[in-house]
Amino acid sequence: MTAYTPHDWIDVGAVEDVPLRGARVVHTASGDIAVFRTGEGKIFALRDRCPHKNGPLSQGIVHDDGVTCPLHNWVIDLATGQARGADVGCTGVIPVRAERGRIHLGVAALAGRVA
Amino acid sequence: MSPKLVVIGNGMAAGRVLEHLTDDAPEAYQITVFGAEPRVNYNRILLSPVLSGEKTFDEIVTHDDAWYAARSIDLLKGKEIVAIDRAAKTVQAKDGSVTPYDKLLVATGSLPFIVPVPGKDLPGVVAYRDLDDVNTMLAAAQHGGSAVVVGGGLLGLEAAAGLKMRGMDVTVLHLMPTLMERQLDPAAGHLLKKAMEARGIRVITKANTHAIVGDGKVEAVRLDDGTEIPADIVVMAVGIRPNSGLAKAAGLEVGRGLKVDDHMVTSDPDVLAVGECAEHRGQCYGLVAPLFEMAKVVAAQLNGDTSAAYTGSVTSTKLKVTGVDLFSAGDFAEGEDREEIVLRDAARGIYKRLVLQDDRIIGAVMYGETADGGWFLDLLRKATCIADMRDTLIFGQGYVGGAALDPMAAVAALPDEAEICGCNGVCKGKITSTITAKGLTTLDGVRAHTKASASCGSCTGLVEQLMSLTLGDQFNRAAVQPMCACTELGHDDVRRLIIAKDLKTIPAVMQELEWKTSCGCAKCRPALNYYLLAAWPGEYVDDNQSRFINERVHANIQKDGTYSVVPRMWGGITNPRELRAIADVADKFAIPTVKVTGGQRIDLLGVKKQDLPAVWADLNAAGMVSGHAYGKALRTVKTCVGTDWCRFGTQDSTGLGIRIEKFMWGSWTPAKVKMAVSGCPRNCAEATCKDVGVICVDSGYDIHFAGAAGLDIKGTEVLTHVDTEDEALAVIVALTQLYREQARYLERIYKWTKRVGIESIRAAVVDDLERRQALFDRFVYSQKFAQVDPWAERVAGAEAHEFRPMAHFEPREAAE
Ligand SMILES: Cc1cc2nc3c(=O)[nH]c(=O)nc-3n(C[C@H](O)[C@H](O)[C@H](O)COP(=O)(O)OP(=O)(O)OC[C@H]3O[C@@H](n4cnc5c(N)ncnc54)[C@H](O)[C@@H]3O)c2cc1C
Ligand code: SF4
Ligand code: SF4
Ligand code: FES
Repeated sequence: MTAYTPHDWIDVGAVEDVPLRGARVVHTASGDIAVFRTGEGKIFALRDRCPHKNGPLSQGIVHDDGVTCPLHNWVIDLATGQARGADVGCTGVIPVRAERGRIHLGVAALAGRVA
Repeated sequence: MSPKLVVIGNGMAAGRVLEHLTDDAPEAYQITVFGAEPRVNYNRILLSPVLSGEKTFDEIVTHDDAWYAARSIDLLKGKEIVAIDRAAKTVQAKDGSVTPYDKLLVATGSLPFIVPVPGKDLPGVVAYRDLDDVNTMLAAAQHGGSAVVVGGGLLGLEAAAGLKMRGMDVTVLHLMPTLMERQLDPAAGHLLKKAMEARGIRVITKANTHAIVGDGKVEAVRLDDGTEIPADIVVMAVGIRPNSGLAKAAGLEVGRGLKVDDHMVTSDPDVLAVGECAEHRGQCYGLVAPLFEMAKVVAAQLNGDTSAAYTGSVTSTKLKVTGVDLFSAGDFAEGEDREEIVLRDAARGIYKRLVLQDDRIIGAVMYGETADGGWFLDLLRKATCIADMRDTLIFGQGYVGGAALDPMAAVAALPDEAEICGCNGVCKGKITSTITAKGLTTLDGVRAHTKASASCGSCTGLVEQLMSLTLGDQFNRAAVQPMCACTELGHDDVRRLIIAKDLKTIPAVMQELEWKTSCGCAKCRPALNYYLLAAWPGEYVDDNQSRFINERVHANIQKDGTYSVVPRMWGGITNPRELRAIADVADKFAIPTVKVTGGQRIDLLGVKKQDLPAVWADLNAAGMVSGHAYGKALRTVKTCVGTDWCRFGTQDSTGLGIRIEKFMWGSWTPAKVKMAVSGCPRNCAEATCKDVGVICVDSGYDIHFAGAAGLDIKGTEVLTHVDTEDEALAVIVALTQLYREQARYLERIYKWTKRVGIESIRAAVVDDLERRQALFDRFVYSQKFAQVDPWAERVAGAEAHEFRPMAHFEPREAAE
């Protein structure tokens, strides 16, 4: 077994691959990850499962640092994974960083161990 | 027979006299009104919002044709009076007709002053006085270009702001060193200049216009120092002079204006005057408040109350440029015996100055925060001694006697005689007592009964506060529901401002309309995207990221994140080839569910997102295109078999349905649109619960609309009957376009109809053939850009990233 440290990162694509105010999906063994790029160019990554009824957050509308789920309009905060407003729930936040125009996800997440 | 009253001029003063007179003594006179303008009476002071696009002309009409008819007033529009014969007691119009009078009222207003420089008569030089001037400016603004406004007073600045909002490059030339120097002191004038410049308007002070140059039309304005400023239009707003020439020619006593005594009677006892044309105690006025006071006296005099008297007015000014708050009243020249209190708060852009004499306010200027204007004006008019509150006076009424009051408490603390509406001279007591006496619960009601806030509108906030004080919970001020939490504006305002301010992108809307969030939310972004698309067809670039997922990927998302695909079946007609292709696609992509929909077509459910382009490619190959089952768009046109097969059929209902669908598919609408055509009143296509339904009959086609069969159930309304298929199509298309232009996002046709009224829709698409044609043409134009199969585009590679994961990782552990 490979021993991943929390500091191992994996390149999943270019920053430009994700549209501004949009998202793309990364398929992994432990489920889909949604990678978001906000209007201001900030990058976030979450488990692509809405805490309400597992809606694919990657298909939602991205605004400020949040995304509105396409199924029933919950608004999920991209930084914390928490539902905003009156709704309660949380989805897993995936470690992500952007470097020299590339997006890297924390390796542990890809291997199935959610950070 | 009642005596004859002739009124010359149909402006604001005349309008107000007629209101009072016909309210108080409806039978007293046979009234004939001559107006040089070819239209009914309107609120002239709201021309600036019409120019800027914040209001339509219809919204500023004060008396429409029906009003005159109901009061048996004979209004002769576009008829100028050219002579008064006092001996014969007649007036003569330009067309030669002669009309006798017993009493004559002169209400001819003012003439704009045109600076007598070379080139002043060139086409493209306009004044700013009436709707025709506004229309000339709007025509010029259509081509962008540059405008020069001569005169930095109230009118000039309002014109400049309006033209800027219409997208012109605007320069204001002002002769004096600071703007609005008659009302503002230099410091406030400077703040105002900065505010205008912040809007992108160039302001040149100490600018003396030398000539207007151009060959056959205006091309530039030349200043004394030789500077030339290019101009496609020049607006002269340097002042007005009373329009008293007609009266002078008739031998009436004229000074600057037509002289009247305190009874508003001229040197001829049978001739009265009112408004800006009149001169009273040596004063001529250029604002509405005095003339409304005069109008009361004139009406009383005409009605036989010879004691009614006018004694002059103290006026105040407010600049009506959205976002610039400015108030001034009284006199603020410096003087030996005068003192000043000044408050400056540069950070908040606030400036207030009071001029005092003998412990009384004689002048007040406020910039940036004008809420206390009415209170200061009241103290000024009553010459109230302010010695006791001098220390806190400048902070306004809220601070008198200690801590700041909240705005509501401040209004509550006002005395009953405090003036609320400066234009109409309406005091607090009058408003509150009318609310109670007449049981008024709406702002419109209060406006109708008291006139408060009915003219320039700047006291609307105060009136609303009074309403909530008087009515408590019964008054719901937020009559306009904001679009979402990102803005205070309602859908209608946003739609209007997008066009008025020429806003063409979502960021521009958010910037200009002061959105509270950085990039909107899932409620406003799709709405804005639609409004922009509808406003600027062919020009606006659709913002995919602001579309709900279904419209972004042209398929319907399902609960498990898969999609459903519905190809179009024109009018519900299909054939073996299409059916075979659908069956093949279902097999090839292992699509789990194939279902017949309520709209007479076939739904393929459970398609994986990455398979969508390939599924569409196969359907396209069989000649099928997107059915827009996912869109706020035309969904289906359901039909029955009509004369093709049915023994009851009266018309080719299937053919008409297909024709409508082929004509209209692809068009985006505020909410989904479902239609149906039935071949006879047995109505097998269930047309009477659709957004638009046609019932064919022997004599032609009954067009229905505004039905619903979803969350609400509602039968349709009958819009009209037409004889031919062509006409049916024309009406349906025009109706849909009107809906596209007027409805709020997500508002179905039945809800829109309920809001705007069936009559207004029928008037636009049935009665007014010209308007129907214009709507039809706009729809056809926008279809040029809409009728492209989105599936084919994506099959060809558009938005490919949408359908592919960014990366795919197999579990590494397993590989090792
Ligand atoms: C753009 C603009 C903004 C303004 N803003 C404000 C404001 O914010 N606050 C404020 O207090 N005031 C404002 N005013 C001033 C206000 O509009 C006038 O004080 C008011 O309209 C004067 O009313 P009136 O009836 O005397 O004249 P008008 O309203 O001008 O009416 C005179 C009418 O008589 C007609 N007429 C003239 N001669 C003849 C003839 N021989 N035969 C037949 N008809 C004739 C004219 O065509 C005109 O329609 C503004 C004016 C303008 C133009
Ligand atoms: S609506 Fe009339 S014409 Fe159409 S199928 Fe039914 S009975 Fe026949
Ligand atoms: S009726 Fe309700 S459950 Fe059925 S398809 Fe429509 S939205 Fe879904
Ligand atoms: S699944 Fe996300 S809101 Fe319901």
